[in-house]
Amino acid sequence: MRNLLERQRHILDFTIASLLRRKWKNGSLLAVYTLLVFLLSSILLFSHALKTEANAVLQGTPEIIVQRSLTGRYQPVPLSYAEKIAEIRGIHSVRPRLWGYYYDANFLANYTLLVPREGAPQPGFIDIGSGISRIRDTHPGDVIGFTGHDGKPRSFTIRKVLPAGSELVSADLILISESDYRDFSGLPADQATDLVITVRNPREFSTVAEKVVRLLPDSRPIVRDEILRTYDAVFGWRSGLVIVVFGAVALAFVIFAWDKATGLSAEERREIGILKAVGWETADVLHLKFWEGVVVSLTAFLAGYLLAYAHVFLGGSFLFAPVLKGWSVLYPEFRLVPSLDCGELAAIFFLTVVPYTATTIVPSWRAATIDPDAVMR
Amino acid sequence: MRLSLSSSYLVLTGALLLLLVAAALHASFAARALLPGVSLMNWQVRTLELTDLTLFSEASYTRNLALADRFTPFQDSPMALEHFPSGSVAGPPAQLRRP
Repeated sequence: MRNLLERQRHILDFTIASLLRRKWKNGSLLAVYTLLVFLLSSILLFSHALKTEANAVLQGTPEIIVQRSLTGRYQPVPLSYAEKIAEIRGIHSVRPRLWGYYYDANFLANYTLLVPREGAPQPGFIDIGSGISRIRDTHPGDVIGFTGHDGKPRSFTIRKVLPAGSELVSADLILISESDYRDFSGLPADQATDLVITVRNPREFSTVAEKVVRLLPDSRPIVRDEILRTYDAVFGWRSGLVIVVFGAVALAFVIFAWDKATGLSAEERREIGILKAVGWETADVLHLKFWEGVVVSLTAFLAGYLLAYAHVFLGGSFLFAPVLKGWSVLYPEFRLVPSLDCGELAAIFFLTVVPYTATTIVPSWRAATIDPDAVMR
Repeated sequence: MRLSLSSSYLVLTGALLLLLVAAALHASFAARALLPGVSLMNWQVRTLELTDLTLFSEASYTRNLALADRFTPFQDSPMALEHFPSGSVAGPPAQLRRP
């Protein structure tokens, strides 16, 4: 056993010396490989953390939301719908929800106005998200003006700024009283933006949703599970940007591995020939090539993954932020909860280290099994 | 005493593995430290009856992904601007992909 370990250590010594002889070529190979692992790991860590966060945060989202559409566009829901829906068996409560959007032409930002069920500000007062406070530089006690549906300006006093720690759900929120909201938006007293339903038995969500559609064909119920699944879909493997980046990195890696698998350079073949001529066995040559693959791929894997972790959880995903911000003027400042998923770590390992090591050994085995004389010529 | 090349490599790999363990520890401590923030957001979602994250606030169909419909990206005219890149990042919700 001790002999075997000593032998492997000598082969590893020789492997590293051989890699260092071509330090520029192998150094650039290691840098590109690390970059590929970094990009792949960054996108996986980022999307996994966002999915986990969305799942944790949105657990308390309404059980069922009922919207109404007319001529293919969403319309306010008449409050009489709530009375009809309340008669469906299994429903615990039906409440109207008042909310909408406001475009601030001065700051080119969209705000979300919402009437809270409890603790709403008094008429003339509003609570604002810390994102709005940041871009407009407004604080509690300041007066802020918006243009209403009738073109007339309305001013509100800021009661409080919502906590900065909750920007991921409240950066663009404006909490307002019901009377102010109806006056500001022009929404009649007998209508609401949508309805929120609570159900006695959680297993009956889909049954209740079906009954609502049967009762009111112009309605569209959205169940909590669908809301939670939305974020799985957005940041899942099959979603837009994730699949684009992943596909590009995977393709680059295939080209990279293919280059290794299609054969050895004349210099590498000569080296194998010389080693065979001085008494190395085929198994030793394969060990040498195995260690060559392991040294490059394991170092790139560990360095790339650690850099990705630092980028996503310590550096605030600064490479992805401009892409996510897009047109947004109002972008939340948030810190993702770090998570190391062993399954994902293993997947990245088997996607990067194993194929590369295999493609290093296969062509070497072909060269190591032919006559040294023929190889050197 | 100068380390052999293999020892240097093993030390480097060991250091990287230690950093990986440190990252795992950092993740567990940071998750505990950030838990109050998650609880606060969870409470806000529950009390304010919110449905979405404020990741993309530039358009209604990206601001409230879960409530988006099949046609809002086109807005009210065929030449209405698509909000790239958010529109590309955000695929349609699962319930809209069902036939």
